[in-house]
Amino acid sequence: MAATVATVRRPERTLATRIYLIEVFRGLVVTTRHLLVNLYRHARRALGLGGPAGAVTIQYPEDPARLGARARTRHRLLKRDDGSPRCTACLLCETICPARCIRITAEDSPVEVVEKRAKTFQIDLGLCVFCGYCAEACPVDAIHMDANKVELSTYTRADLIWDMAELMDDKPKRPSLPSLHP
Amino acid sequence: MIGQTVWTAVKVALALGFGMNMAGLLAWLERKQSAISQDRIGANRAAILGVSAWGLFNQIADALKGLTKENWVPPQGRPRLHALAPAISLGFSLFCLSALPFGGVVHVAGRLWSLQPLESSFGLPLVLCFLSLGVHGVVMAGYASGSNYGLLGGLRAAAQMISYEVCLAVSLAGCAFIYGTLDLQQAVLWQGRLLGGWLPAWGIVVQPAAFLLFLAAGAAVTKRAPFDVPEGESEIVGYFVEYSGMKFLMFLITDFIESIVIAGLIVTLFLGGWQIPWVTLTGALGGVLMLAAFSAKLLLVLLLLMQIRWTLPRFRFDQVLDLGWKNILPLAMLNFIVTVWGVLLWRLR
Ligand code: SF4
Ligand code: SF4
Repeated sequence: MAATVATVRRPERTLATRIYLIEVFRGLVVTTRHLLVNLYRHARRALGLGGPAGAVTIQYPEDPARLGARARTRHRLLKRDDGSPRCTACLLCETICPARCIRITAEDSPVEVVEKRAKTFQIDLGLCVFCGYCAEACPVDAIHMDANKVELSTYTRADLIWDMAELMDDKPKRPSLPSLHP
Repeated sequence: MIGQTVWTAVKVALALGFGMNMAGLLAWLERKQSAISQDRIGANRAAILGVSAWGLFNQIADALKGLTKENWVPPQGRPRLHALAPAISLGFSLFCLSALPFGGVVHVAGRLWSLQPLESSFGLPLVLCFLSLGVHGVVMAGYASGSNYGLLGGLRAAAQMISYEVCLAVSLAGCAFIYGTLDLQQAVLWQGRLLGGWLPAWGIVVQPAAFLLFLAAGAAVTKRAPFDVPEGESEIVGYFVEYSGMKFLMFLITDFIESIVIAGLIVTLFLGGWQIPWVTLTGALGGVLMLAAFSAKLLLVLLLLMQIRWTLPRFRFDQVLDLGWKNILPLAMLNFIVTVWGVLLWRLR
């Protein structure tokens, strides 16, 4: 992609802007316009007349979080067409991970085409910085960060460690309930 | 005599109650007005039985939180001064509030009732003096915290407030000269006359330049944005960095009360006080209308101050002092000189 350079022209400091009073007034016009327009929109909606919303706020816990199309969220381990995990336990992701939060143990693979496969695969989301390097490094496209789940909080640190079955959505994650004696 | 004292006490209590409740309301207004001008919703989560009343209950939640938080004094600080500072700030600003003429004198039940809590023939300098005494609380807060950041914030606040007190007084000198009085009540009465038979002789008409200068200086004295250098939220060099809980809230309330005082002075000296143009107010109904007119004007000025606060970016400290000493003060003096000559030539006519 060719780089595009946008030249921003600095506004000039004329006598009128240096006096500042006119600028204050212009600023007031802008904020007051927003105030009145939004008040009108709020009032219309409160009366059930519809129309555009008076605010861009997302009322998060009630409304779902809106994620960008390329947002990096919780990891997902992908499977081949026959249902076996894609991961070949090459440990590239474990090596590149800056937070050192991936733990993999390997075992021999029963199929001929691949040499090894992961026996256990753990990611400690409490340490993960969601940099995306693991997904970037994987040579066989086995790990993605597109589960689109951002509500990951738990009551204990141990619950933040996800194992292979959980990362492949084979087993639902069941975090423990709050307890008085952690 | 006793009756007069009781009446004054009642009026002062009402004025203080008005001020404190108004401060809570202003906190709400500040949140909502800023939110709506910035396309947001604003604080709306505190609810009683599922009713949040557009975030009004957030103020109650804030007060409860302030009252229940730890009252912490830094170990290197001075505990007694630390406790005294917010009380001084708040006390002086509340005093100013009770010297404002909320209404005129009405004749009800065979007696004259003045609706100004504290009557004084030199109310204007009195209010200005007590407003500037509030700076003691601010400096004391910085000093008693035993923290360099607090002390720096306190010194900045002192420099700013003292500079702008001068501008405040000088910009009002022209008004006092025209009205021929330092009594706030008399100033309001003077503005009751009509120029040319139709235009109310409000201060904003006879002293438009002073109005703008006083507005700017007043915004600076209340230490609110764009003049909030003493608080310095972004670089955390504020005089109240070492305050927590209700003591911290007291400083915030002081800012709001000072805004009310400045807005009240603007209403009293520039917007005709409790007068409703072309209407003569008498009797009990007149008294109520006076209070209503004063409150309505006060609210309008507060809305304007609030909108300015959410429009302008904050000034750098040197810009604050430059604006005060190099721009507002000379202009205010010029305004005073022009006013004096104008009045003189008018009289010699
Ligand atoms: S996103 Fe970054 S920190 Fe998280 S597991 Fe992958 S490589 Fe490690
Ligand atoms: S980089 Fe990919 S294939 Fe290699 S261990 Fe990680 S997930 Fe498995």
